[in-house]
Amino acid sequence: MRSAGTHWVLLLLPFAVIAALWIAATLERRGGPGFVRRNGAVVATYLLLAVGLWALVMIVLPQISMVELSFRPKLPAAQMGGPRDVYTLENYRYFLFGSTVSTAHWNVTHLHAFGLTIVASVLVAAFDFALCYPLAFYMAQSAPPRRVRLLLLLLIAPYWVNEILRAFAFRIIFATSGLLNTLLLGAGVVAQPVDFLGLDVGMYAGLSYAYLLLMVFPLYNAIESLPHSQIEAARDLGAAWWRIHLDVVMPYARPGIASGCTLVFMLTSGALAAPLVLGGPRSLWFTPIVYDRFYQAFNWPQGAAYACVLLLACVGFVLTVLRLSRLSLGQITR
Amino acid sequence: MSPRAVLRGITALYLVVFFGYLFGPLVVMGVTAFNSSAYPQVAPFEGFTLHWFATLAHDDELLEGLTTSVEIGICVVLLSVPLGLAGALVMQQIYARARALYYLVVVSPVLTPGVIIGISTVIFWRNLTGATGTRFLYNGMVLTVLGQSSFISAYCMLIFLARLHRFDPALEEAALDLGAGRTQVFRHIVLPFLRPAVLSAAVLAFLSSFENYNTTTFSILADKTLTTVLAGRVRQGTTPALSALAVAIILLTIAGATAYEIARRREETRQRRRAQAARRGSAQGA
Repeated sequence: MRSAGTHWVLLLLPFAVIAALWIAATLERRGGPGFVRRNGAVVATYLLLAVGLWALVMIVLPQISMVELSFRPKLPAAQMGGPRDVYTLENYRYFLFGSTVSTAHWNVTHLHAFGLTIVASVLVAAFDFALCYPLAFYMAQSAPPRRVRLLLLLLIAPYWVNEILRAFAFRIIFATSGLLNTLLLGAGVVAQPVDFLGLDVGMYAGLSYAYLLLMVFPLYNAIESLPHSQIEAARDLGAAWWRIHLDVVMPYARPGIASGCTLVFMLTSGALAAPLVLGGPRSLWFTPIVYDRFYQAFNWPQGAAYACVLLLACVGFVLTVLRLSRLSLGQITR
Repeated sequence: MSPRAVLRGITALYLVVFFGYLFGPLVVMGVTAFNSSAYPQVAPFEGFTLHWFATLAHDDELLEGLTTSVEIGICVVLLSVPLGLAGALVMQQIYARARALYYLVVVSPVLTPGVIIGISTVIFWRNLTGATGTRFLYNGMVLTVLGQSSFISAYCMLIFLARLHRFDPALEEAALDLGAGRTQVFRHIVLPFLRPAVLSAAVLAFLSSFENYNTTTFSILADKTLTTVLAGRVRQGTTPALSALAVAIILLTIAGATAYEIARRREETRQRRRAQAARRGSAQGA
């Protein structure tokens, strides 16, 4: 594979696919004029080149090369393409067992970090949902329009500040000599400063904060289109307020709920800034481990394998959400 | 107390708590930017100072990162907006059976964790440039622009799709009937209709690029952007200069957001006036 030949194939592949698309587009006559005739030669060329570049060169091929690399051994440059350069599962073996050859012990540190990341991301998504649902409902159904505009503006404002600085703000609050400890000590609640960062309190607070916006908006959009009369009808029929939410609003807002939870889960499980800035010395989030595989251990194949594991977990989560909510991908990525 | 008043009270309390959580940390950070104490703290407030802002202006590494970030942001806008537009137009025309697969491919970067996009971009371009003797392309800025654009183009596409939903194909047909060529229709009918979406997509693309960290930290290689410099600083230790930077960014973005809002309103008025003129024209014609 390290031989240049295969790479030329990789390079030529996009052009081959674009050519194939082009031919298919010219030939495609079903239902109206063909692609090229419909758009004119100039625009059709632009569309095909742009989509070919984007979908193939920027999305599909990089993913393929990452998966491919994850099945290769780490070798010194001289041995690449040599007899030892064969496909192997050793990088995945390392993730599971902490060794590239033996399967005697589990790789407890990394497996634990991975499990923790997934579970914590689910919890963060659930927490954000609980926090944002009342606001989304209030904005969509009961607030006067002028106030809604104001609230939307207020919601977006904090997200103009970048992720690192937002995490930094939490560090100022939760650090050993930070605001919270100053307050607690001053009020005499504690005698010694509490190590909030070491306890990961700061990290979880920061993670829940980081992607709130991506929960509010899908929820708001989904609830907003629910006719208010349905809620009134339920109320007139004597439904308790919690039944109205559970049986009327939430089923209706299903796409928004699924979309918000998916986005928050994805971003949280892949978060790097908050764990780096707010994580204590002992806290283990999975993404910094992946980062270290690349730029501390310089073991790229292993890093690629770790990235693939994370990607698989995310795909698994999306599929589960889609299955549970009986929705299609198009309905939740709006 | 009536149940209504109780409900109101709860709502108000909830709003206060929610927005307290949202703004509290930023306010705290903002205050520390003006406190003269060397450690970023709110209490005790040792004295008002603008010293931390002055240190920013002499911070070469930070300024270098800022320049790179702006350059990358501009390149990302120039790449993602056309790509997203093409993606949206193809989405509208692709036949139904292929649409699901196509949608999956182009929307997947939105749902893929940023680190993975960064990793896969670096691996692919390392292989490709190594094999084809184009090593000069294996450059932090180039890779970052490509990596960021892969998902920012998808954001742009979603904006264009939303706008295209409201496009009236009759406009296109009318132009064709009047003898316009396909390229002319695109240039004079479709593009002007999409103008507001182009503006929103460009702003969104620039901001997403500017504040991106997860993808950038992998793809930037030896170069530095504002976010990667910041991440390094925050890990090394905390200084109020960082708070000052945050305040500066907030002020800049408020200015930017206001300018954008004004531009958007002006655009809206322009479009409304045009539509009115067109209606008047057609009424007279009839």
